[in-house]
Order: sequence, then C-alpha cells, then structure tokens
Amino acid sequence: MELHELQTPLDENAVRRLRAGDQVTLHGHVFGLRDKTHIEIFDRGQTPPVSFDGYPVLHTAPSLRKVGEKWEKVIIGTTTSMRMDRYVPDLIERYGVRAFIGKAGLSERSLEAMQRFGACYLAIVGGAAGLETLQIEEVEAVYWPHLHPEAIYQLRVSGLGPLIVAMDAHGESLYDVVRNRAQRNLSEIYRRWGIDKKIASQTAAYVPKEQPPHFRREKRGAVVKGTK
Amino acid sequence: MIDFILNNHHDMKNVVLKQRTHAESEAFPFAAPETGAPLDYGVIEDVVRDLYIRALQELPPDVLEALERAHDRESHPTARTILQTILRSVALSQENKLLICQDTGLPIFQVTVGGRFPFDGHRLKGALSEGARRATQEFPFRGSSMHPLTRENPQTSVGPGLPVVLWEFLPEADYLEILLVPKGSGSENMSGMALFTPADGLEALKKFVVDRVVLAGGKPCPPGILGVGIGGSFESVGILAKKAVCRPLGIRNADPLFAALEEELEEAVNRTGIGPMGLGGDTTVLGVNVEWSYTHITQNPIAVNYQCWAARRARARIWPDGRVEQGF
Repeated sequence: MELHELQTPLDENAVRRLRAGDQVTLHGHVFGLRDKTHIEIFDRGQTPPVSFDGYPVLHTAPSLRKVGEKWEKVIIGTTTSMRMDRYVPDLIERYGVRAFIGKAGLSERSLEAMQRFGACYLAIVGGAAGLETLQIEEVEAVYWPHLHPEAIYQLRVSGLGPLIVAMDAHGESLYDVVRNRAQRNLSEIYRRWGIDKKIASQTAAYVPKEQPPHFRREKRGAVVKGTK
Repeated sequence: MIDFILNNHHDMKNVVLKQRTHAESEAFPFAAPETGAPLDYGVIEDVVRDLYIRALQELPPDVLEALERAHDRESHPTARTILQTILRSVALSQENKLLICQDTGLPIFQVTVGGRFPFDGHRLKGALSEGARRATQEFPFRGSSMHPLTRENPQTSVGPGLPVVLWEFLPEADYLEILLVPKGSGSENMSGMALFTPADGLEALKKFVVDRVVLAGGKPCPPGILGVGIGGSFESVGILAKKAVCRPLGIRNADPLFAALEEELEEAVNRTGIGPMGLGGDTTVLGVNVEWSYTHITQNPIAVNYQCWAARRARARIWPDGRVEQGF
C-alpha cells in the first residue's frame, strides 16, 4: 500500500502508477456531477461548457447558498456511484476524465474502460461530508445553474482524502476481492446454519444476484443523438 | 340536516374541516389535565424544526461509541483508515457546525403518544410537517424529497405523504415523544423485503438478511444499523423494520428469543467481511435490531431496513405544561 499526493490535472502515467489499495490525497480541481448532469450531457446531447480533460469527477449534489454572484458551501458530500455507471466509459473515452471519486464502486464495463484508457476509481468515505466540505476550498464555478443541485460544479480542493484506489487502471477492483471473499464466507455461514441450496429454490421471492443496471445500451454512444 | 348533507356535499366537507381549526379545537375537551390549559401546538412545530437541524448536526452517543469501538478493534488497515476518517469527520462537523452528511434524508417520525397527553392527531401531523418544512427553508439545507413522476423538488422536505409518521401509544405516560430519523437514500435503497412461506422456516429469514448485506456491499455506507422486521403483513413488516432502525444501539429486544436472533445475525453479518464502505474489514454492521409481530398462518414475511453509519436520530419529549426534554 502506497500513499500518493496528486495534483490535478492528472496524466495517464500518474494514474497508471496507482494500484488497488493505495491511498491518494488530491490537490487542484475536481468537477462535481451527478444524475441529472449526466442525463443532460449524454441523453439530451448538451455539450458541457467546460473541459473535464485530465480531471477527476466527483459524484456529488452539494448544498450551496448563493450570496450575490458567489456560491458558498453549506455541505458537500459524495453519493453512490453506480447510478452514474453507464456514462463512465464515455466520460473516460470522449471527455478524458482520469478519475472518479465516489462510493461503492462501478461496473465491470467501467473497469474495462479504466484499464483501456488509463483511469481509476477513488473511493471516498461516504457520509464523511463534514471533512469533505472543509477540504473543498472553494466552489469556483457552477455551470448549468438551472440544474442545481445537480449542475456542474468546479471545485478547488486542498488535500481531498483519504481516497482509496478501489479500482485501478490494471483491471484490479477491491470490490471484486471483497465480494468474492464474502461469497466464500456466506457458504461457511450457510453451512453452520444448516442451510442448503434448496432454500433459494423454494423462495421464488428472492434469488441473490448482482442487480443489473436499470438500462443498458447495446451500442456505445447510441444514446447521444445529433449533437456535438 | 339530511337535506343539507345531500344537497351541499362540498359545503359539508368544509363544515367538517372547520370543526378542526385551531380556535375550535382549543374549545374541544383536549386540555392538559394538570393545568387545564390547552397545549400550544405551535410549540411542537418549533420543537420539530430544531429537532430536524439537531438530527442533521449531531450523531447519537450510542452510534458514536459503537464507531469508536469498531475502530479500536479493526484489524484491516484500510478499514481502520475509513473508521478513523468517519470519526474525524463527525468531530469536524460538530466543531464547525456543519451537517454530518449532505443527505438530509426523508423525515421519518416515530411518535409515542402518552395516554394522558392532550393529543390532537390532526394538529400534531400539521406541526410535524410544518416543523420539517421550516427547518429545511430556514436553515436552509437541501430538501431531499420530490414528486415521484415529475421529479420536481419544492425544497421543503415534505409533500403529499411526507413526512412519514409511525405511531406508538403508551397508556400510562403523560408526555408526547417525537423521534426524528432523517433517512438517507444510500442505505434506504439497499433495503428489501420478502414474503416467504412457512415451509421456508427461520433459515430463509436468516439467509435473506446475510444475503442482503453482501448484495448491498458498500452502497449503504456500512458499518450501520440493520433493522429487521419479522412477521406481520405486507405493509407492516416494513414498518417493523423501520422501527427497529429507530431503536438505539445496545438495547436488545425485550423478548429473549428475538434478542438471541439479533446477536446471531450480528455475528454472521460481521463475518461476511464486507467491512466499512464495502472495502473489506471486521465491522460490517454496528448492530442488528429486530422487531416482530404475529403473522398469518400461511405467511413468513421479513423486511430489512438498512441504516448507514451516519445513523442520525433526535428525540424530544413534550409535557402537557409545555416543558421539553431533548435526547437521542
């Protein structure tokens, strides 16, 4: 496990040096995006008014207070990344995003895009919004303010972290490691309780499996229509 | 009179509603027995507003202590870092008067009505809703509730069907107790229920709980509280699970049968190794609380309501003479 202090924008080499389990502290700028912002860019075909090239995306919907022309922080925290998962490969390939900061990880498909283009997933401590808010020095700009609290937020950060490299650019995911180990532990728990596999078949109501994304595109980019 | 009802449906409704206005219910025989003075429900509205803000800023001591204990015994280095970060963030929120988490949640109230409290359910519901709205707009913090189809957010935290109110009645008590849980969605979205059959037995229920935790992984911001409802009907099993989440850590179910089940599930869930934020570790939950009720002879229902580590909760006890005690 290594500790890294990184300055944004990030280049491909810096990202490829990171290994699953390492810890990162970030300085510079990150862009806060979430559900509606992604829908606006990809499903409604709007071109973002700012370049994300080399920057990390933070999955957030901040509480802000507008004082005159300035946006002041109330509380800024991080949300579950999986809801934004289907946009991740395009953000990497077409917009040059190098890192995603969020909680609970992304899909296999996103992991493949990270490996291919050199990007990573940095797990922040979900719920620790007090610390995160203090590590964000300033909300420098809010693009598409009509979407607030789901606009594009340009945030200047100083020492954002600890961030844990949970999915790296080498195809390694800590979530997979933990999930596989948990499956083995489950088998042991079932055995101790005398539960056999029959129970799952008796209960039509519930079969444990990874929940599929709500919507999956057949073809890459098929959803983005006639813009750019 | 009958003519009036038949011919003036609309007016009749107004008449009925009018009977419940502030001025008229003060004349209604719901007065505090000790003082004889009617309780000012405006006081309750203020209490609720302050309760919501306090719930978002302070972590209950039982949750904080459980997180500290989890940190002290954690053997996995990444998990230790995460638990340390959680404790640091909570302390910084206190110091800087920041909210603990940006998810201000759906307001869930558990209201315990004492048998000797001057209770007016209609006005109390109004006070809960107004208090939650005022907290949201006067602080102001992000209103996290919206219309399910149009997705419009009025930034009030309340609306049709919200806040959620769970009722309890305590015949011998003089007071009214309001517990507010601002329930975040990261954990709420990982909750689930199943209607098993009697043939599936207790094993199916236990399996459902551990499977649910593994399926949820890091999404519900573990280590939190697992509220489990057992028995009842389709809708009531979910309410039981929510009431289980409302119970402070360290208090076991009064029934030894269910207390033992809580301990067994807690031990099993922590053996999955999901760990803090789903990145592996010794602590996956701080506690498992089970609430139960009788069910149908053909049924075997279970519900699991997940609560994140930021298991926020604030409680106020209101006495008929207007005294207010604050707690968690």
